[in-house]
Amino acid sequence: MSAELLQFIFSGLTAGAIYALVGLGFSIIYNASQVINFAQGEFVMIGGMATVSLLAAGLPMPVAIALAVVATVAVGIALEKLAIEPARGASIVTLIIITIGASIFLRGLAQVVWDRNFHSMPPFTGDTPINIGGASVVPQSLWVLGCTVAIVAALWAFFNRTRFGKAILATSYNSDIARLMGINVRFVLLFSFALAALLGAIAGVLITPIILTNYQVGVLLGLKGFSAAIVGGLGNPMGAIAGGFVVGIAESITAGYVSSDYKDAVAFVIILLVLFFRPQGLFGRRGAERV
Amino acid sequence: MRRLSQARTGGLLSLVIVIVLLPLALDNIYHYDIVIRIGINAIVCVGLNLFIGYAGQISLGHAGFFALGAYGSAILTGHYSWPAWFALPASAAAVGMIAFVVARPILRLKGHYLAMGTLGMGIIVFIVITQEVALTGGPDGMPVPPLTIAGTEIYSETTWYWIIATVLVATVWLALNIVDSPIGRALRAIHGSEPASSVMGINVARYKAMVFVISAVIASVAGSLFTHYSGFITPSEAGFLHSVELVTMVVLGGMASTFGAVVGAGLLTALPQLLATLRDYEMLVFGAVLMGTMIFMPHGLVPTIAAMFQRWRRK
Amino acid sequence: MSLLEVDGLTKSFGGLSAIESLAFNVAEGQIHSIIGPNGAGKTTLFNMISGLYSPSAGRIRYSGRDVTGAAPHMLAAAGISRTFQNLQVFFNMSAIENVMVGRHLHENRNLFATLVRLPAIARGNAEARERAADLMSYVGLGAYVRVDPGSMPYGALKRLEIARALAAQPRLLLLDEPAAGLNPRETGEIDQLIQKVKDSGVTVVLVEHDMKLVMNISDRILVLNYGRKLAEGDSDEVRRNPEVVAAYLGAGS
Repeated sequence: MSAELLQFIFSGLTAGAIYALVGLGFSIIYNASQVINFAQGEFVMIGGMATVSLLAAGLPMPVAIALAVVATVAVGIALEKLAIEPARGASIVTLIIITIGASIFLRGLAQVVWDRNFHSMPPFTGDTPINIGGASVVPQSLWVLGCTVAIVAALWAFFNRTRFGKAILATSYNSDIARLMGINVRFVLLFSFALAALLGAIAGVLITPIILTNYQVGVLLGLKGFSAAIVGGLGNPMGAIAGGFVVGIAESITAGYVSSDYKDAVAFVIILLVLFFRPQGLFGRRGAERV
Repeated sequence: MRRLSQARTGGLLSLVIVIVLLPLALDNIYHYDIVIRIGINAIVCVGLNLFIGYAGQISLGHAGFFALGAYGSAILTGHYSWPAWFALPASAAAVGMIAFVVARPILRLKGHYLAMGTLGMGIIVFIVITQEVALTGGPDGMPVPPLTIAGTEIYSETTWYWIIATVLVATVWLALNIVDSPIGRALRAIHGSEPASSVMGINVARYKAMVFVISAVIASVAGSLFTHYSGFITPSEAGFLHSVELVTMVVLGGMASTFGAVVGAGLLTALPQLLATLRDYEMLVFGAVLMGTMIFMPHGLVPTIAAMFQRWRRK
Repeated sequence: MSLLEVDGLTKSFGGLSAIESLAFNVAEGQIHSIIGPNGAGKTTLFNMISGLYSPSAGRIRYSGRDVTGAAPHMLAAAGISRTFQNLQVFFNMSAIENVMVGRHLHENRNLFATLVRLPAIARGNAEARERAADLMSYVGLGAYVRVDPGSMPYGALKRLEIARALAAQPRLLLLDEPAAGLNPRETGEIDQLIQKVKDSGVTVVLVEHDMKLVMNISDRILVLNYGRKLAEGDSDEVRRNPEVVAAYLGAGS
């Protein structure tokens, strides 16, 4: 494999890991509530921006990261309590507008709390590139990949090995039956927003040292994460992860070999192709439509 | 029957009266500017409402059609010196063709998938416009020649007011004609139940494509008018946020209510102007207003107020 | 003279057959009932005849033409109309508008005429409304003309679907459990209504659990069990068939 290609694959994997984490957030919330949370990208933005400002306030990095993640989770919980729960049973269009309203609100809030400028954050462990098979990789990329793998493993264990994780899965299959089995469906819903916010915040903390951040950075990241979730099959968490990497690698290969101008279009072209030819997602199973 | 036809002519008449009397309340160019922008958004929303409110579909990409119409007119008049009155229908026809081609595959999708498909389509339009710098001026946008009527270039806000008002009334009239017809009932039936519609002989795919194309062509015409009015066009007109604004206007005013679409366009166009005094708090308040209205009035303003009025009358 | 001929019809979902190698004919002008326990595949069969599902194998011929896999709106244009077991009422429209939609195929659907509102459109609307009102009285819903379906009782909604299906002026009418959830008096009214429809020359295929209704009005009865034909004949033959008796007693109904 040429060093050049390897280079593109590494940058694709790094971006893909972030899309995967955002896509996971979409899937988890969709499973629990059939809601598409268009404010998912804003969790990424808040995670990054909060870390940047806490670092600037003089806190050590681990403390700043922990506080930023906690703050984002609090925002996720507030969003569910104040905007989603009161609108239960509303139509899809209404729910889409509510979460888009929430994303605009959170961007406005970030603009007031912070500012409109771009901010940077130092990498976790220096910025001397490492040579891997001829490709030069910044250490932060390895942090992104390593943390994503760890998070996916932890989530897998949580959903398959713990009682509460299984209860959440049960709710996603059939919330009425889950309720009869004594699962607190409302709490599952709240928890799924907290979990999605947690994933978004971590993605934000991981990616900010590589890209710059500002109050608008969540818009495109959110939409690409949504693409990842659809490519993988909406509501299929493992599919969202695979979808994230598919989108990330396709993007960086297009940027490298075709045109960097159209890099951002790749995710949406993939989306349209998947929706037209395999609407259940690359990794979903086709269900029979019942009348 | 009598009730419906009265609502039709009565509503259209009220709209015309408001439009004729409104200039009395407009005392400067800034006011005219806001009202003209309301009119342009209202034209798009009346068309989009046929697709979203009546046929029960969703589009997060209609800003793409608006921008295609706008850039079509801008490029044909600016680069190729076409007369504006040829460029407008030519752009609209091209947009109609594009909408027709994407309609079949995209309209098989439902709910969130349809939202994502139309969103992707809109964003691709946005990226193409941003990247094709030689043709579109790229992210900085491009200047657009003015509209001419009988050899005179139109700059005056009052003339534009009457142009937009005429197109708006015509669009509302066409939309009302569609709604109160076998085609309109077919669209609402598709919203109610696709299987039942199809066994009643309604060609569901064909009607969805038809209303998608109609709404896209209307958006394109509004885009062409907008581009000549503002004299300058930037890619943000194709942006995701613009698509969201258009959908929100439709839903805020009230789905499946043609006059609701006009009211929604009015409120949501005027709101940012009012909020502009809040400066940094503008987005914050705008987002909160969106969430609040959708949570407390999920059916939109006009149907909610109409229901309140009926309850009050019954008492 | 057979209006509908079904031959070797099979529909499977993910390896499970809901209908398997089914063959039967429906004679024009008759009431042909299809009975069988829940899950016997009756609704799946209707969905294939009306074009909502395409069969996995087999043929459907209607009025001498092969219509296997044809789109629902094409079959509707050929004269097949139906009601649904789980209601598919247009709840976003008024009751009479629901019935008007049934007239879709007989209305002026020209886009140009609609956009400029030629007088024919207004005339057509008035005529459709009038005929829909007549049909609503015909099925006994005269009192509900101005009402929203959301506030109509279940039995009335069932009849609203019948009126909507009749508005299409079908040659073949598929009724999916029209008496489900009705009290005995209402069932009696449905009985008379179906007879009336038959007398007007419409062929009726009826899926129904109410045995009294079925035995009363059917010219011919097809018994399904697990997607296969268990028996076929007139009501006396079916009643005497030992396998039918066993299946029904076995199923506990």
